[in-house]
Amino acid sequence: MARLHCVTLTTNGEVEGPTPVLMSASSVTLRTQVLLWTAQRASAVVLAVCVLVHLVTIIYAVRNGLTAAEILGRTRGSAGWAMFYGLFVAAVAVHAPIGLRNVLAETIGWRGRSLEAAMLIFGIAIALWGARAVYAVVA
Amino acid sequence: MKNDFRARSHSAYWAFLVHRISGVALALFLPLHFWALAQALHGEARLDSFLRWTEQPLVKAGELGLVFLLAAHTAGGVRLLMLELLPWREWQKGLLATATAVSIAVSLAFLLNLI
Repeated sequence: MARLHCVTLTTNGEVEGPTPVLMSASSVTLRTQVLLWTAQRASAVVLAVCVLVHLVTIIYAVRNGLTAAEILGRTRGSAGWAMFYGLFVAAVAVHAPIGLRNVLAETIGWRGRSLEAAMLIFGIAIALWGARAVYAVVA
Repeated sequence: MKNDFRARSHSAYWAFLVHRISGVALALFLPLHFWALAQALHGEARLDSFLRWTEQPLVKAGELGLVFLLAAHTAGGVRLLMLELLPWREWQKGLLATATAVSIAVSLAFLLNLI
């Protein structure tokens, strides 16, 4: 990301100054890439807290084996768990597609609009499947 | 420009690899996880029958692997956030070892409660 400091953004998101190599192969504007970078870090901060709570819950929950009655007894009708898992799903629906996008672009060289579209669909699918799972255990 | 072998023998390169591999694995696992939880939509009995399937030793071994990947991705991610967002301090050199220790400790705590 050091390259970002070498260029300035114009109001329409175009690059002023030499185009960094890092940016040239992408089909999104530099402004969007900065937004994606920031969203990845912001969602990571939320996820760090959510995963900590999740891991503690997992380790606690498996001590006598998992049963539906125990899981649903904890979550059904609980506004607190609903909000927690809702936030968890929202953060991961932002974080996972951005991370996967970076890995796919850098590892197998998949870039451009097809990648952006695939990752957008993946993110929306994660959000919807996640929301369905949260509804299933809290409603 | 290609990296030479020195870059790839550095422990930070292994941290990068673990972060990428665990990230992809967790992203691919998410739809399965959400599908499993959604079994509760068909009633408690359906979720219970899925949970009984997860009691097989191989599935439990997979769960242990997932917990390790989740802990490693999170601890490694917190390390990255600290490196990127905080001013550099000498103690940050120890973050890699701390992240590894935390991941192993979390996995062992899970394993001890699982068996």
